[in-house]
Order: sequence, then C-alpha cells, then structure tokens
Amino acid sequence: MSPEKMVTMANQIATFFASQPGDDQALRTAAHINDFWDPRMRRHLLDHLAAGGEGLKPLVREAQPHIAAPAATA
Amino acid sequence: MKDFILPPKDWDMGTPLPGSDTPVTLKIDGFDITVPSGTSVMRAAMEAGIRIPKLCATDSVQAFGSCRLCLVEIEGRRGTPASCTTPVAQGMEVRTQSDKLHKLRRGVMELYISDHPLDCLTCSANGDCELQDMAGMVGLRDMRYTPGDNHYAPTMAGGLTQSDLRARTPDAATNARYIPKDDSNPYFTYDPAKCIVCSRCVRACEEVQGTFALTIESRGFDSRVSFGAKSDDALHSDCVSCGACVQACPTATLQEKSVAEMGTPDRAVLTTCAYCGVGCSFKAELNGDKLVRMTPYRHGKANRGHSCVKGRFAYGYAEHPDRILNPMIRDTIDDPWREVSWDEAMDFTAKRLTRIRDEYGRKSMGVITSSRCTNEETYLVQKLTRAVFGNNNTDTCARVCHSPTGYGLGQTFGTSAGTQDFDSVEETDIAIVIGANPTDGHPVFASRLRKRLRQGAKLIVIDPRRIDLLSTPHMGEKWHLPLRPGTNVAVVSALAHVIVTEGLADEAFIRTRCDWDEYQSYADFIRDERHSPEATELLTGVPSATLRDAARAFARGGNGAIYYGLGVTEHSQGSTTVMGIANLAMLTGNIGRRGVGVNPLRGQNNVQGSCDMGSFPHELPGYRHVKNPEVRAIFEAAWGVEIDPEPGLRIPNMLDAAVEGTFKALYCQGEDILQSDPDTKHVAAGLAAMDCVIVHDLFLNETANYAHVFLPGSTFLEKDGTFTNAERRINRVREVMKPKNGYADWEVTQRLANALGAGWHYTHPAQIMEEIAATTPGFANVTYDLLEERGSVQWPCNDAAPEGTPLMHVDGFVRGKGRFIVTEYLATDERTGPRFPLLLTTGRILSQYNVGAQTRRTANNVWHAQDELEIHPHDAENRGIREGDWIRLASRSGETTLRATITDRVSPGVVYTTFHHPDTQANVVTTDFSDWATNCPEYKVTAVQVAPSNGPSDWQEDYAAQAAQSRRIIPAAE
Ligand code: SF4
Ligand code: SF4
Ligand code: SF4
Ligand code: FES
Repeated sequence: MSPEKMVTMANQIATFFASQPGDDQALRTAAHINDFWDPRMRRHLLDHLAAGGEGLKPLVREAQPHIAAPAATA
Repeated sequence: MKDFILPPKDWDMGTPLPGSDTPVTLKIDGFDITVPSGTSVMRAAMEAGIRIPKLCATDSVQAFGSCRLCLVEIEGRRGTPASCTTPVAQGMEVRTQSDKLHKLRRGVMELYISDHPLDCLTCSANGDCELQDMAGMVGLRDMRYTPGDNHYAPTMAGGLTQSDLRARTPDAATNARYIPKDDSNPYFTYDPAKCIVCSRCVRACEEVQGTFALTIESRGFDSRVSFGAKSDDALHSDCVSCGACVQACPTATLQEKSVAEMGTPDRAVLTTCAYCGVGCSFKAELNGDKLVRMTPYRHGKANRGHSCVKGRFAYGYAEHPDRILNPMIRDTIDDPWREVSWDEAMDFTAKRLTRIRDEYGRKSMGVITSSRCTNEETYLVQKLTRAVFGNNNTDTCARVCHSPTGYGLGQTFGTSAGTQDFDSVEETDIAIVIGANPTDGHPVFASRLRKRLRQGAKLIVIDPRRIDLLSTPHMGEKWHLPLRPGTNVAVVSALAHVIVTEGLADEAFIRTRCDWDEYQSYADFIRDERHSPEATELLTGVPSATLRDAARAFARGGNGAIYYGLGVTEHSQGSTTVMGIANLAMLTGNIGRRGVGVNPLRGQNNVQGSCDMGSFPHELPGYRHVKNPEVRAIFEAAWGVEIDPEPGLRIPNMLDAAVEGTFKALYCQGEDILQSDPDTKHVAAGLAAMDCVIVHDLFLNETANYAHVFLPGSTFLEKDGTFTNAERRINRVREVMKPKNGYADWEVTQRLANALGAGWHYTHPAQIMEEIAATTPGFANVTYDLLEERGSVQWPCNDAAPEGTPLMHVDGFVRGKGRFIVTEYLATDERTGPRFPLLLTTGRILSQYNVGAQTRRTANNVWHAQDELEIHPHDAENRGIREGDWIRLASRSGETTLRATITDRVSPGVVYTTFHHPDTQANVVTTDFSDWATNCPEYKVTAVQVAPSNGPSDWQEDYAAQAAQSRRIIPAAE
C-alpha cells in the first residue's frame, strides 16, 4: 500500500472519531484500526508513526500507543 | 433430489385476497365456507375447491366483470350476478351450476369463439390456454355462427381456422381488421388475432407492474389492445418487458416465444431468481431438462407473483456458447489456456498454493466469495481460507457495495440488515428513497412501492438524478432533493436538523427505545445552525424550502419508511450516511412496526447472504468479530483447526499487498473484480503481481485475463442451496438440471479444499446448512425441511423466533438501546477543479445486471447494447457535444471513451453512466478513494472532464488486445 493511501485511510478514521463526543477518541480510533486492519497494514502504520508519522492527523498519533503491534512472524 | 411438489392449490383464485380479517360464512353449492369479508363469491368458491368458469378475472388484478362467464345464482337475488364482482355476505347461498347457468355460459363462450380461430392443435398455447379450458368446462360443442366480420382471419375468404385460410385461399382479399403478430420484443409475442379483449393484460400492466404501457383502443367490436401510440410496437413502447401481461393473458395472444418454440412445459421446480436482492420466487418450467420458461411464483413472499425482465426472461446465458465447461490451467498469464481434467487442475492448483504458502507464509493467500453463489457455497469459501489456508483473508463484493450498511446499522441498531419485509411497504404512508433507483435496480420492489404510491403514499427522493419513480403515474405528493454527489451526510443531517429544531422528533419513542444521553448530545450537535437547510444549500444544491417541506412531511406523515441503495454507501462517508439514516428513523419513531423501517436495497441476489456467512475478513459467520475467543472456539470445535485471531485483508488491501509482494494467491469465486472494482489499472497491477489467481466462474471474465487456473462454475439452475434476499429472507434455490460443467460450485470448492488435504465430505448442501445452523445463532433453526415446509424464512430463526423474523427491533433494538451517532459532514477529497470540473456518478439500468456477464449474453442487449454517458444539455453545449457523439471521459485515474446521451435528468455539473460493458471500462476512471470505516469505494463521486473524441482510448485498445491474447484456449487432446 502506498504511504499516501495509508495516511489517507488512517486520517479518515481519525476524522470521524474526532467528530464524536466524549474523551476516548484516540482509543476508539485505535480500536477501529485494530478491528479492521490486517497486521501487515498496522505494521506499516506503526513504522510510519515511528518514522515521524508524516501527514498523519494528531488523533492518529494519539492513538499510537493503543494500536496493537502485530506479532513479528505474522 | 425430488422435485418440489407445488401445493395442489396453485390455482388462480380469480380475484385478489382482500385486506380484511372479519370472517364471513356462506354456502356454496351447499358447502359451508368461511372467508374474510370483501372476498368475491368467485374466490370463496375457489377456496372451497369449486372452480367457477371465468375469463376476465385473474387474482393478480382487481375484478372487472366484463366477460359474464362467471355468472352464478344467489338465493333471494334476482338475475345471475357475476361472481367475480360480487362480494360475499353472511348467510349467502350460492349455486355455481344450473341448467340456466349452463346455457348462459355456453352462449357467452360461443360468442367469444365466433371471433377466434379454431387452430387449437397448432396454437402455441395448446394445453396452456384458459379459453380452451373454459370452452371445455362450459361444454361448448358447436359453433352456430357463420364466419363473418372477425379479427382472426388474414383474408376475407371466410373460414374458421387460419391454417385453412392460408392453405386454400391465399389470394383472397385481405381482412382489414386483421393485425399481424408483433414479435418485436425478444421474449414474447403479441398476436392480436387471438385476443379476446378481456383487458387482463392492461390491468396487470397498471396494477401489478405500474407502467401503464398498454391501453384498450376504441370501443365495442373495434376495441383492441395497444402498446401506446399507433407507431409503437411492443419493443419501442413504454413496455419494460416485465412479463406481467403475459402472465395474465388467458390466451396465446401474449405469449413467451420459448413456449411457441419448445412446446408447453410439463414439470415445474420452484427456485429463486439469481439476479437482484429482491429475491423473487420462480417456477422453472421444463420439458425433461430443457428449461422452457421461468414464471413468477404466486406464493413467493418477496414478489407475490411478479417479476422483472431479468428473472423472467434473461436466463439464456446458462446455455450460451461462451460458457466454459472444462477446467483450464496455464503457467503464466501470457500463455494460452490449456484444457485439462478436473484432477489435473486440482493437482496443479494445490501444488502452486502449497509452494506459495511455504515461500510466503500462510497470510499470502486469500479468497473472494460471491454474492451470486449460494449461502452454502459462500460459507465453504470463507471456511477454505479460515480452516485450510489458515488466515482471515476473505472478502466479497459487498465490500464495494453495502459494507457501510453492515457497519452503520451494526453500530446504531445492532444488526447488519434491513428491518422489514417487502410486504411492509403496503402500510407505508411516506417513503424516502435515497441513492437508489428501484425501477431499474430492484424492479419488483419498485412495482410494489408504486402500487402504494398510487394509493396515496408520499415520496421523497434524494438523488442527483430525476429517477423514474418520480414519474409514477397517478402518484400522490412528492419531493425531489437533487443533491450534488457526495453531500448525502449534509442532506440527511439537514433533515434531522429541521425535525429536531421544529420540535417534530418523537420523544416518547426516543425515551423508551434509545439511549437518552446519547440523544441529548446528538440533538445539541444537530441543532447547530451549520446543519440547517439554509446553511447547507450552497453546498448540497438542494433548495432549503423543499428540504424543510420534505422533513416536515416525513416527521408528520404517519408510517415513514426509508429505502436506500448504493448511492448512500459508495461514498467516502458511506458509513456515516447509513448512521444518519438510522438516526432519522429513530428520531421519527419509525422502527419496529409494519410500514416503517430502514431498508437497504441490496444489489446482488445473495449479497445479504454472503455477508451473513462470514465473508468479511474481520467477522466469522453471523457478524462476530474474529478477535473474540468464544466465537473462535465454536468454529475451532466444529472445524478442528485453530483460527487466526487477527482480521484479514479486504479486497483493496489484498491488491495493495499484492503489488507490495506479500499477497500471492487468490481464489475468486463468481466475481469479476477487474471490471467491477474501482481504479481498474490498480486492480490489474495487483492481479498481475500474483502467482496463482484461481477464477471460478461461468465465463472467461475480465479477471480471468490475469488468472492461472480457471474452474468452470455452475448456474443457479444447476445446484441446490439457499439465497438470502434484502429482507433477510432465506429462499431455496433448487437444482433444475444437472450442472453442465459437471459439478456444482460447492463441490468444486470442496475438491480444492481436499486437494489441500482438508478431508471435507459434504454430499449435499443441506449438510452445509446444518453446520451453519449449528454454529450461527441467527440460523439455529434453519433446515432444508423447514424451508420445504414454509417456503422461506427470515432470519433470525431460532428458538426465540421459530418461524423467523419478518420485522426487526419490535420491542427493543437488538443491541438494547438504539444509539444516536453524531454525523459530521466532511467533503470528500474528490473535488472538482479546473481540470476536472464535472462530477461523475454511476448506476445500473433495468435490462442489464452488474458487470453484465450474464445479461450481455441474453437478448436483453436489445435494450442496452452499450454504456452511455448522460450529460445535461447545458454542459453538452459548452463542449460541443451532440446526442450520440463519441466522447472522452477523463479523471485523474484514467480515461475512457463512450457515447453521450443528452438529458436533463441529471443536473448541470453532473454526468452519469452505467458499468455493464467491459469495453467501456467506466472503472478506469473511478478513483481509489473509499469509505472511512469499510474501504467501500467511492464509486458515486469522481471529478471528471468530458470532451468530444473520435474513438476508443489507447487504454481501451491495449486492454482489448491483452484480453484477446489472454483468452486463447488450447483444447484438451481427445
Ligand atoms: S392480450 Fe390477452 S389479456 Fe390482453 S386483452 Fe387480449 S386476451 Fe386479454
Ligand atoms: S411486459 Fe410488463 S410493462 Fe410490458 S406491457 Fe406487459 S405488463 Fe406492461
Ligand atoms: S432481477 Fe430482481 S426483481 Fe427481477 S426477477 Fe430477479 S429478483 Fe425479481
Ligand atoms: S370472470 Fe367474472 S365477468 Fe369475467
């Protein structure tokens, strides 16, 4: 997946949860990604975040600690 | 498998069942019979097993009382009233036979026959003609009239049979009253010489279909059935070829060409249409294993005896010479195909898959299940990837259509399906149709909705195009909100804004049924001025006054039902719009009874079923997330394997991973992702990057151009199974004939699994259903026996609802309290600009279906031989485009060419096309933007430019060359 496409997808999710009431937007963003993204996609996202997370919205960065890191062998 | 025995009373009851349930008891020929008040005497007699002769009455339309054959005697009443127009009364005593009645009926019959040829033996309706039956039933034995003025004889020579006249006096003066046969429609003929002017056809076209294509012209002896204006033949009239008139016609006047050609069928098997999500029940009528015709089944609960041109007539693809009947393999996609035995194909495939698994790991393979295959087949395909490949890489075409429905309704109500049955529309007072074009996409449902509109129900259409539903003859009040593509959320929120700020919300419902705190925060959100129709008008293009009127009408209008289609889901905010729709229904208390509800109109026949059966990469059957250990445990016990707890790849993710080199093998059953999925070039690149693409289909489809293994598929006529329609109705599909390719699709999947060592041994789909019922709570009580007994059943069907569930959320939402979810409008990233100033939106038309693989291989092409681009006169003029011109359609993804048609159905700034033909390749133009929650592609909005052109684009030419190259076949040596 091209990095731009991944960034767009993550940002779209974050934008929805950012619009939701409550104070758990980051958790819900991460939960959505954990529920729907296959491990290799999460791996890419986490790598991208580790490399500075260019283009990602703040909420995706806040969600980072809650995104499940895939097992190394997946 | 034995044929399904039709109920002994698959009779035409003469008149429709009345709505009431007050019982009335009467005596007919001395027998007591109790029927609902409002029933006709004719129908009551039929209920008692006594047939009254009739010609102009049929139970699909209201009685008319014109033929006078159905006369009866009623104690204490004078004369001989027509039983079809006489309602029953308490204590009435009816006689259906007497000397007097006998004489009268014979007289009527003699008159009819005096203007009818006596060619029964060679007539195409021989054995299937009510006129013939009635002549027999009333005992007509002689014709005392001498031949005179008539409509049947081609010449004036005088004679009772056409064959006689043709043979003996071919040169006699022509008969001015004689009108030759109209065989312009590819599927049925209209032979005026045999018409008895009973007007059943005219009434069926009006009352059942709602098209009003037929009229009776002139009066008395001169009256004739006509397809509109004099110049119109059947093909060029308003007729949509639904077949309702053919079904209603008692004679050979309107008749299927297939019967004329093949003879009358002598056995029937009940089955379900394999085209759209309405899921109509049909009788497949055969001689031996030759299918003579498909007729809509009167007791079918989705269609109530109606059909559309696709299900009724477009089944010829099953016999098309393009159909591939032998397995084929090749080493690379540049090689020609090699026909091989099933064993060799399986061996080849298993070796490749095993090599890929060893080299790239178990997550490098996946499957795509088909919404055209049965539940049982779909279940097996997802089981293949979960239990045999060892991952959750399964997806289905619902990804590209209704995945947002699953997510949106799951979040708000707790289930991923429509809330009603189709019958519910009979009690709807106001309907919102949003992003759907039912007259083309879901024709039988459209006819049922139109019937309700003619009875006065109101209609709100939210769509960029002025869809045909808006021009329903004799409809009541209507509003059209012609929004700019991509602004659904803004429009739905504006409707909610009006309802909340004007105090029209149903607070009593919300308090008892929904989460009140969530409602409070939703109400605060939606009250904000930025959601008002005035504030959003500029953005959406919908006049605020119209929108306010529509919102008020919906909130105050009684039973309000919402029907929606892909114009809602195929957007970057598709899931958000679905939630907005759920909010609207809860706001107005329109959930949990007849006449209301939220109803996704599902695209393909079994898209509901394929979702139910665990086709999604994050969900096991029954919409249960794979992360839940207790759910995995159920399947681990049943399958004896460990299930991967991680979600798998969705179709677009599979293609991305393929380009990246981590996804290498795909088993694709009954889908053509290269044609149906967005951004064709990306799909092609993904497929080309794989080492083992297995296509299991009827035809060498577009995806097969990139395949290494081709496994021939079977049609819905060749297998047993079930389909689940948009009302959650599980309908039986029955094996009408043996598979021409040798195996039903579920058998092929099983062979593939076993070639990989799975050790499956299903011998009938009923066993697969047993496994589904045992593992999936909503299906717990579903068995083939139950379906045999009840015809069909709507899930959930379990101990809590042993007879199934026509209406959902009656006493409470499945998830407990309904949830209001805040729906903020966000503009899609796909914007128009100077280079691409127009918005393209896509859809389908009546006669073709999806990628057209089936319908293009039938005579349906006479209605739609090519895809066309609809463009507003203003936009066309600016660009110097005239009707029928070749034009170039370009977006930032790619470009294609097609012909233009100029119409003000679309607003200025919007263009529209269909995607039924592969050479058009509309998806070369669509982009890879998708719904935020589900990755459902944004088909409905693409910024484009349109310019005159002089022929196919380079891509189209390259593509055609590649396809031709790739389709070469070397037959197996004999
Ligand atoms: S075409 Fe058939 S249904 Fe129509 S009026 Fe003639 S006989 Fe009756
Ligand atoms: S086929 Fe359908 S639309 Fe055409 S004339 Fe008959 S009833 Fe009307
Ligand atoms: S295509 Fe749809 S509406 Fe037409 S016959 Fe089939 S199921 Fe019914
Ligand atoms: S059937 Fe009753 S009048 Fe024709």
